[in-house]
Amino acid sequence: MEFLQEQLPALQVVLPLVAASLCALFRFGYLSWLITLSSSILSFLVAVFLLLRVLEQGIISYEIGGWSPPFGIEYRVDLINAFVLLIVSGVSAVIVPYTQKSISARFDSTEQSWFYCMYLLVLTGLLGVTITGDAFNIFVFLEISSLASYAMIAMGRDRRGLTAAYQYLIMGTIGATFIVIGIGLLWAMTGTLNLYDLAGRLPEIKNTRPVLAALAFLTVGVSLKLALFPLHLWLPNAYAYGPSVASAFLAGTATKVAIYLLLRFFFTIFGGATFFTETPLPEILKILALLAMFAASIVAIFQSNIKRMLAYSSVAQIGFIVLGISYATETSLTGAMTHMFNHAIMKAGLFLLLGAIMFRLGSVKIEALSGIGRKMPLTMAGFVILGLSLIGAPGTAGFISKWYLGLGALEQGEWWILVLIVSASLLTMIYIGRVVEVAYFREPTDEVVQLKEAPSEMLWPAYLLIAAAIYFGFDTSFSADLARQAAVLLVNAVY
Amino acid sequence: MTTIQVLMSTIMIPLIGTFFILLLNRFSNFRETVTLITSILLFAAVYKIFICVMDGDRSELLIFSITTGLKFSFHVEPLGALFALVASFLWIVNSIYSIGYMRGNNEPRQTQFYAAFAIALSATMGIAFSANLFTLFVFYEVLTLSTYPLVAHRADPNARIGGRIYLIYLIGASIVFFIPALLWTLILAGNLDFKMGGIISDVASPGTTGILLALFVFGIGKAALMPLHRWLPSAMVAPTPVSALLHAVAVVKAGVFTILKVVIYVIGSDHLLKTGASEWLIYLASFSLIAASVIALTKDNIKARLAYSTVSQLSYIILAAAIATPLALMGAAMHIVTHAFGKITLFFVAGAIHTSAHKTRVSELNGIGLSMPFTMLAFFIGALSIIGLPPLVGVWSKLYIALGSMEGDNSWVIAVLIISSLLNVAYLMPIVIKAFFASAPKTETTNPISEAPWLCVVPLSLTALICLILFFLPGYFESYLTDFLGPK
Repeated sequence: MEFLQEQLPALQVVLPLVAASLCALFRFGYLSWLITLSSSILSFLVAVFLLLRVLEQGIISYEIGGWSPPFGIEYRVDLINAFVLLIVSGVSAVIVPYTQKSISARFDSTEQSWFYCMYLLVLTGLLGVTITGDAFNIFVFLEISSLASYAMIAMGRDRRGLTAAYQYLIMGTIGATFIVIGIGLLWAMTGTLNLYDLAGRLPEIKNTRPVLAALAFLTVGVSLKLALFPLHLWLPNAYAYGPSVASAFLAGTATKVAIYLLLRFFFTIFGGATFFTETPLPEILKILALLAMFAASIVAIFQSNIKRMLAYSSVAQIGFIVLGISYATETSLTGAMTHMFNHAIMKAGLFLLLGAIMFRLGSVKIEALSGIGRKMPLTMAGFVILGLSLIGAPGTAGFISKWYLGLGALEQGEWWILVLIVSASLLTMIYIGRVVEVAYFREPTDEVVQLKEAPSEMLWPAYLLIAAAIYFGFDTSFSADLARQAAVLLVNAVY
Repeated sequence: MTTIQVLMSTIMIPLIGTFFILLLNRFSNFRETVTLITSILLFAAVYKIFICVMDGDRSELLIFSITTGLKFSFHVEPLGALFALVASFLWIVNSIYSIGYMRGNNEPRQTQFYAAFAIALSATMGIAFSANLFTLFVFYEVLTLSTYPLVAHRADPNARIGGRIYLIYLIGASIVFFIPALLWTLILAGNLDFKMGGIISDVASPGTTGILLALFVFGIGKAALMPLHRWLPSAMVAPTPVSALLHAVAVVKAGVFTILKVVIYVIGSDHLLKTGASEWLIYLASFSLIAASVIALTKDNIKARLAYSTVSQLSYIILAAAIATPLALMGAAMHIVTHAFGKITLFFVAGAIHTSAHKTRVSELNGIGLSMPFTMLAFFIGALSIIGLPPLVGVWSKLYIALGSMEGDNSWVIAVLIISSLLNVAYLMPIVIKAFFASAPKTETTNPISEAPWLCVVPLSLTALICLILFFLPGYFESYLTDFLGPK
């Protein structure tokens, strides 16, 4: 048991990786699903144990292959990435039970295995990026997850999924290139790739031109991955035309991990909030975040495909998170990290519900949903609840994060930012309201009349997330309180 | 049971009722029985609290704390108990009326209607007994959301647009103004609790207080202060029982009730008097009061006319809250009650006319008083109470507001009150005159209109009667309210 405890950081990544190869090896759909399910749940348990251990004894350092850092690769778990590991593995563990129904309806056994293989590789990559303490390792895992997610997107029912995946591939690769250039520059200047080591050496040379160039490259590269406006163009199509499971999974995890990277680079290795606020980054990020909040929300209002609408909504919500980051204060970072947590729950849940509608109806066009509230009451009731959370209605998780973001802006005396936050929430209300109105206050079309409620295998995972979205609106000891502790670490660059 | 347990049950009873209403979807008689039983139980529970409050009980209960300053807690205090008592009593009356109206008009989706209604009442109870702004805000939003399906009930394009306006105004106002006000209060005071004398009175400068008051007054869109009143007329697309109980009593009164709570318990009425930070609101509320009455004059649709009348009457309460002297606040609290009984009677009548005669316009009412004598007599009584004439209860609240304005050196407000009362006469009395003294159109002599179903007539006669009875009991009001906001 003691041995197993010591190996937790390695298990976190190795489990899904081995599972992915098993899926590729057996190529039998149902078996692959079982493998994916068990490895996802185990990963989640590992993340829980890691978090508990971090809370108990502080930072965990794990030497891969016994090579001591900074020469070998180190896995380093502190509160910040333990929190993100939990989000990623948790969302995955909830989604996998849902996948079977939706995937087996469309693919034959071998294709299913490949899907699960890709899914697990994405999971491996995302967990790897989060857990590793090595800059180059970050790049490697990022590419593992990205390449696998291109393949996953391309498996969508819609043929446009192929172009969407291609677009994503181009943009994602540019982003990865930028990141690797940034890391290369850092390595050239410091001679180390270990994040902890970097954090020790960078502050002395932080104002040299190569370091600033590295920062710029990293910022742009990571911003591409997290779909920060105006680098978001790949995201709407990828989410809209990929399989619903992939949209739910990526919306809940991929962008969150990219945000984690942003936090890690900006705060941990460059010397905390003091360095961050010396650079022009806060202003730039703030403006881009505000643009994202408004432009993407307005575009979302005019979408006819609801998956695309939610994809644009993701871009807007990322704007909220980045806005919190741009203030670099304890409260605002708490808001940003809480929103990261809450948005993962809400958006994954919304995409799962849309997947259920797609499964029954074969379309997620807004006009096709007339009166669907009467035929799929549980699905649409869930949509309303998560929609309210997305708007930020009190009593839901979304309220808590926006509350902290607003408080963060007010603490800086920038009340007009608060006005903008609330106006953007109003736009959210409009695009969610559009769907609700069509679903409940229109007569059902002939196709809708014949619908049945979504299968229970698809409903209960979504309802787990819905329950979480309500629960975390009342009890924040897990979301906001942990986020606050993490924010303190970020502001002071403790690693 | 302790007061607190009773308090929790007031929130739970309607929710349990909702559950059974949904369960009994197919059995309409049982379903309506559940609504009636639920409303009676709720009233009994609230009455129990009311008695405890009279005995000086001020229990408080913290359910849980979410994060710094955000607590979920309840308390009992006179104003909330009074509001809850009126709302829960009128729910009984309104439920009887609803059965007559909904069946008489063959409305669709009645289960959804009764279920949403019960949730709305639960939220109203939550608002009445919240011990802090955050808890109140949560229930306030639940009330908005639970009444949206009632507004959009007919599901035709008109109802959809009405529902849209309803949501955008109410949620919009609370997002844009109310939440910032909450955040600012939290930053200023460090908590959001309701405390006698206010929580920001020591820390807020006059300027800050004025702006904060503005954020609250406009953020609480349910109070329908101009220029954020448009949602109320458009909510009139709802079935009449909804307009009667929710858009003349529960929802709009929840709005002005919240404003009163903010003035008394958050900002502090003494602080307002000292700083004069509410001076501007006296003018704005006066304007809203008169302008809405003038608009009411121009409306031919009965419900639209009544809706603008409600906007105007709500401004009385906002006006009194802005004056902020003890007598004015007492008038405001009374007006919540007196207007409730008066206006619900008028809406009941409008619905009764719609049910039996299928008429919605003032100009069509010629001679209707002869075929619907009870109904129109009740309208006459309700109208007199709204105007504020003795021997009806409406006179007392207006009197106290007038006295309060003199107490606060704003005697010119009395002129506003008089003009407004004259306008009330001008837009309500023609209906009565037409009904009783104009001759009915020819078609109706051959095809006479009958009185509305008794399930409609009994409730509206009852509320009219209460307007009369309450007139003789001003002492009860006064002694009940003096305790907590009376003259020192």
